[in-house]
Amino acid sequence: MRAFVLFFLIVASGTGGELCVSRAMRSMGEIHDFRPQSIFRFVLRGLQLPWMWIGIAMMSVGFFSLLTILSFRDVSFVVPVSALSYAAGAFGARAFLGERISRNRWLGIAVVCIGVTIVWWSGR
Amino acid sequence: MTQKPGLHLKTYLAVLVIVIFAPLGSVLLGKGMKTIGSATAWRVQDLFPVLIKILSNGYIWLGICSLLTFFVAYMLILSWADYSYVQPSTAMSYATVAILSHFVLGEVVSPLRWAGVLVICAGVFIVGRTSPRAHGAH
Repeated sequence: MRAFVLFFLIVASGTGGELCVSRAMRSMGEIHDFRPQSIFRFVLRGLQLPWMWIGIAMMSVGFFSLLTILSFRDVSFVVPVSALSYAAGAFGARAFLGERISRNRWLGIAVVCIGVTIVWWSGR
Repeated sequence: MTQKPGLHLKTYLAVLVIVIFAPLGSVLLGKGMKTIGSATAWRVQDLFPVLIKILSNGYIWLGICSLLTFFVAYMLILSWADYSYVQPSTAMSYATVAILSHFVLGEVVSPLRWAGVLVICAGVFIVGRTSPRAHGAH
């Protein structure tokens, strides 16, 4: 039960957080200048956006859940199981960010999910 | 669709940074947390001492540094590429995780698990052949 709750937090909070960060970054536009000071300014600008902080808060919950489960499970088991976020991410990107996901990309996501499921079975 | 020159190159470079530093971070965190003790034995009153142990562990900080490097690369790539492209592309991390878990942490990675990793890589190859920015294509 403890592991189930932790995996749920890793997947739900981690994916939700990434979607929020993605929404914040998309609102800033594409970066073209890759000098360190420009990247630093870009990151600082990002930190002024509410979506960024909501994303960071959700990702923090996911991070501490990950730390907790890593204390009693193998890394090579925990990381593949947390890839349940692939399906959640694709649906979330479509619903929350309005991204159009091509048939080929869905196919790739499906194959990735099959792979991580096999990895998950190997750890049972 | 008009593709900007260098869009694919900088996307691949960012994905490379992501697939190295994200797994390295997980492995370092795993190594650090294993020295702290299993969470199954934690009680509510242990939370503060455990937090102190976590924050004073060198492997945890190295893991956090790796994850910060990954996070900056992730933020940058999301400014020009679709999330639904970026997230599956980072699945290559699973190959790195399996390799690092075996050689650094000494975890037993079974043939079935390696097979799963190969399937993941095939999925990444399919995703990598799609445009990083589908919403500009119509």
